Amino acid sequence: MRLNDIEQAMLAGALGEPRRWAIEQQRRVGRFFDAEDFVPIAQVHLMADAESLGPVGVEFLEKMAAAPPEHRRVRVPSITDPRGIDFDAYRRLGQTEAMASLERRAIDAFRAMGFLMTDTCINYQTVMPPVLGEHIAFGDTGSTIYANSVQGARSNFEGGPSALAAALTGRTPRYGYHVPEGRRATRVFVLRDRPTDLSGWGALGGVIGRKLQSYWQVPAVMGVDEPPSSDELKHFGAALASFGTVALFHMIGVTPEAPELPAVLGPVVPATQSIGADDIADFYASYGGGGDKLDVVVFAAPQLSLVEMQQVADLLDGRQVHPQTAVLVVTSPEIKSACDRLGLTQRIERAGAIVLKGVCFYQMHAREIGEAMGWKRLMSNSAKLVNIIGGYGYTPSLGSMAACIDAAVAGKVPEKAW
Amino acid sequence: MAEEPAPGARIVRGHVGIGPRVSGEALVAEDHFSARYDLDRIAGVFSRPSHKLHGQSYVGKVLVLIGAKGGVATAWMLRNMAEAGRAPLALLLNTSNPIMAQGAAFADLAFMDRFETDITKAVAMGDRVTVDPAGGIIIIDKR
Repeated sequence: MRLNDIEQAMLAGALGEPRRWAIEQQRRVGRFFDAEDFVPIAQVHLMADAESLGPVGVEFLEKMAAAPPEHRRVRVPSITDPRGIDFDAYRRLGQTEAMASLERRAIDAFRAMGFLMTDTCINYQTVMPPVLGEHIAFGDTGSTIYANSVQGARSNFEGGPSALAAALTGRTPRYGYHVPEGRRATRVFVLRDRPTDLSGWGALGGVIGRKLQSYWQVPAVMGVDEPPSSDELKHFGAALASFGTVALFHMIGVTPEAPELPAVLGPVVPATQSIGADDIADFYASYGGGGDKLDVVVFAAPQLSLVEMQQVADLLDGRQVHPQTAVLVVTSPEIKSACDRLGLTQRIERAGAIVLKGVCFYQMHAREIGEAMGWKRLMSNSAKLVNIIGGYGYTPSLGSMAACIDAAVAGKVPEKAW
Repeated sequence: MAEEPAPGARIVRGHVGIGPRVSGEALVAEDHFSARYDLDRIAGVFSRPSHKLHGQSYVGKVLVLIGAKGGVATAWMLRNMAEAGRAPLALLLNTSNPIMAQGAAFADLAFMDRFETDITKAVAMGDRVTVDPAGGIIIIDKR
């Protein structure tokens, strides 16, 4: 890889040990992907929940944070993904003091490095939306795919160590979605039936994601006549990234790089595949659980927007969650503040649900929570969450937001939830 | 440093990788990999019920799979797993994503991808595999 003067200085340790570690980490990854050089970035979004970090990761951060300020401070605006502990609610969820202590140590280290603790995966809706052509380093698959696709920014998946390195150096290796050739569509899907709600858009992302096999594939979706909402695209992208491990989609006539299909095609024109309501119904049915006692309903992954919080509140008004079922509604700290101010939190919690802030369910020691609370059957309107949570010992069901609320009130999973 | 491969051993070339040269027993499946989605990282076994290696221990094995799936957490988790003695010895994929490479670099885990052939078919369960990331080759001794 070609390194310019400042990058050479970082590698030589002239700007301190944290930046030396960072550029070395980035150079190893850049070489692996045949990057020719680095590209400056405008902002960093870091995924570093304490469950992923573990004690080893937290000790690593603390060493960084102990360096002199001129060595440890981030070089570009750097914000954080959801964390593992909501300090106002963790005891109610069976989380331990050890978990909370690890979380506090990680937060202290990030603050010392100059990170803004936004604790959100919907930063593209709520903090600083990236702009067309902007190079960034985003560290959540859902935030990356939204920024790349809907906003036309340029980012690879930057896992925690990599996003941390990008924050310390202000650059990232130029490969993958930073390179125009990497952004061309390699698969084309034609939508026959438009999804009717958020979980339907998530299911569509799951259907297409299951057909993709690699990070380097870029799906183009045709047949979407009217633009989906930001929340619909959020659920679609999050599920597509989760099931397909892809970081970019083009929606023809909707996303900014794809006014028409030829604009995103390379020299090889891929065959088209048709997706319809039957595919989406099969996707829902693959989860099942109809008739089972329902332990917990989770609205998260991605965190809910203010509009989604209002929808949950509307659906819960005048109703009461079944005593044997828990409902968790998860959003960012900023949206939670708005919900408090607008009375939405009170309306949701009056019905027996719990509003959590700054966390996401699968990032908060979900296995231990399930064991502590006796939760097994989980229902969500997030296709992404039901994809992840099976590995944590839960048996997931997928349904629309309205079906999830009905199920929470009834205390059992309906036969048909969409 | 390169030793002579044993008689009958097969060399397969890939892209130059990350991490140290290692040798160990292969654990192979035509499936994908995500530390968050697929593993019980305390017990050291595959925990996702739908994974083809469900219930099997990956600790100390040369893990051979199709590619990466899932989210970004693996980038942190591989180092934790390695320091806890609960990591695979090496990871070989047909096609990586950035997260696996970032995690391998952070953990200094032996890691390679982009082989000249489908690596999940070239390596069989239980084969002894030497992984040489710097040389961009693996050496397979059939069991």
